[in-house]
Amino acid sequence: METYSFLREFADSWALVALTMIFVGVVIWAFRPGSKPMHDAAAASIFRHDTKPAGDADRAPASSQPARNQKEA
Amino acid sequence: MWDYTKLVVLGVIAVLAAIATNYAHDLAYQVNALVVMLAAGLTFMWTLRTMDEPKRATPNEYMDGVVRAGVIATTFWGVVGFLVGVWIAFQLAFPALNFEWAQGILNFGRLRPLHTSAVIFAFGGNALIMSSFYIVQRTSAVRLWGGNLAWFVFWGWQLMIVLAATSYVLGGTQSKEYAETVWYIDWWIVVVWLSFLAVFMGTLINRKEPHIYVANWFLLAFIVTIAMLHVGNNLAIPVSIFSSQSVQVTAGVQDAMIQWWYGHNAVGFFLTAGFLGMMYYFIPKQAERPVFSYKLSIIHFWALIFLYIWAGPHHLHYTALPDWASTLGMTFSIMLWMPSWGGMINGLMTLSGAWDKLRTDPIIRMMVVSVGFYGMSTFEGPMMSIKAVNSLSHYTDWTIGHVHSGALGWNGMITFGALYFLTPRLWNREGLYSLKLVSWHFWLATIGIVLYASSMWVTGIMEGLMWREVDANGFLVNAFADTVAAKFPMYVVRGLGGAMFLTGALIMAYNLWMTVRAQPARAPVNANNFVPAE
Repeated sequence: METYSFLREFADSWALVALTMIFVGVVIWAFRPGSKPMHDAAAASIFRHDTKPAGDADRAPASSQPARNQKEA
Repeated sequence: MWDYTKLVVLGVIAVLAAIATNYAHDLAYQVNALVVMLAAGLTFMWTLRTMDEPKRATPNEYMDGVVRAGVIATTFWGVVGFLVGVWIAFQLAFPALNFEWAQGILNFGRLRPLHTSAVIFAFGGNALIMSSFYIVQRTSAVRLWGGNLAWFVFWGWQLMIVLAATSYVLGGTQSKEYAETVWYIDWWIVVVWLSFLAVFMGTLINRKEPHIYVANWFLLAFIVTIAMLHVGNNLAIPVSIFSSQSVQVTAGVQDAMIQWWYGHNAVGFFLTAGFLGMMYYFIPKQAERPVFSYKLSIIHFWALIFLYIWAGPHHLHYTALPDWASTLGMTFSIMLWMPSWGGMINGLMTLSGAWDKLRTDPIIRMMVVSVGFYGMSTFEGPMMSIKAVNSLSHYTDWTIGHVHSGALGWNGMITFGALYFLTPRLWNREGLYSLKLVSWHFWLATIGIVLYASSMWVTGIMEGLMWREVDANGFLVNAFADTVAAKFPMYVVRGLGGAMFLTGALIMAYNLWMTVRAQPARAPVNANNFVPAE
């Protein structure tokens, strides 16, 4: 079989199935039980560290309180 | 030692550019070589004069100087790009504006790529680089990786813009839409872009936050994909090292398909994915509430990434492209409706519970209208990709109207929102100089876009219908010149819409300038706050 026909057939069979499965997997992964707290934490990450980088001490998200008072946007 | 290396490299570049100027085969190349020589010379001087200044290591501060420079550059190139756009709109309405004395430099054909590149790559590109640098620092909680590499990205991009602009007006082009830049500028873009990728990735790798916030996903996809598209579409062999001319590696329909694979994904990843990254950061920040659904944003991201890359063939309906390829492009374009609207809903619903801000906060209003235009143009686009609709709309002004409702409405408005958001923060000012002027900008821009888009719908559909009109014997009724004559009133309206949009941008520039000049500084939040540059 020539390369073109082979690639063409591969693209609309196995490759299509594989990509679709990956996508379905991503959706299932996003909706997996227990992902909500993680997603909430990620969504709130834009409200931390607004004015300066995290020091080595404050890696945990909870320690953002001082930074909050310093800058009210 | 590093400074001495820089001096040697810059000196060598300046000398080589001087030699290239001497041997240049064409004017565009010669002027570009001169620009490179000047740029290398100026950087040489600057490096020499700042060598003995002590270097400050400030890992506990964000690198905001380069973002400030980005705000200035975005505003400046925005005004320039809109101005050229208004000018060429009136050149189309009044051909006498293609002055005889300026033929071959300032006529429509030369200025059109200048306009598109100025708004997409200068205005949009600077907006994206500036937002990427701002967002990735805040959401990773670390300073930008790579020290002055971020400055190299900024100045390298400005040099690219100047090279491209001077090249276009003197006839340097490789005749690929949105990729007109000639081969050596393409190489320079690769260098700058890979540095951009390195800064962005390095910062992400250093991050102190456990998660990579969704805006960074979009921005990273934009950077990586543009690198791939740019290299793929610009594979060309120069005819001489001293000439701006080159020969494309591919030819015919393959070349056309690669061009529109690039062209559509420049829309998909530069103007959509990148700006969605801005949306996912600036709208929640300005609304002061987290994004409506983080899960939906993940699905939005992956659906967009999986689908967009296939949509390019819809630019080549009814051409030499195989039928299956154009059907594939159409199908994927229609499927794109879902992620686009998912993203739009996610952006808009972020305001749920805070809709009252629309009344009081013109910046939020701007961002919401921007997302509205995103939804509208991502509805219109798939519709136009359907073959039956495309047979009417293709090659008409409808396409131009569609592009501008996306570019002015979505990209323009979200960028204005980001600029209004960033300026008081970056210069540590007590809010903007005038919210009233923001409202003026908002209404001028919105009405301008409406005038632009509606006049282009009318003229596009009229044009399409006139082209296909046949009489009882099967002869075409209209000559091409008849459609041109019939479009005149709509062209004037379009020019006026553009002029209103430009006026709004000038008001914004004044407002931002006065915010920095005249607004009182906010109380210092820490010792670093008054450091104006890094």
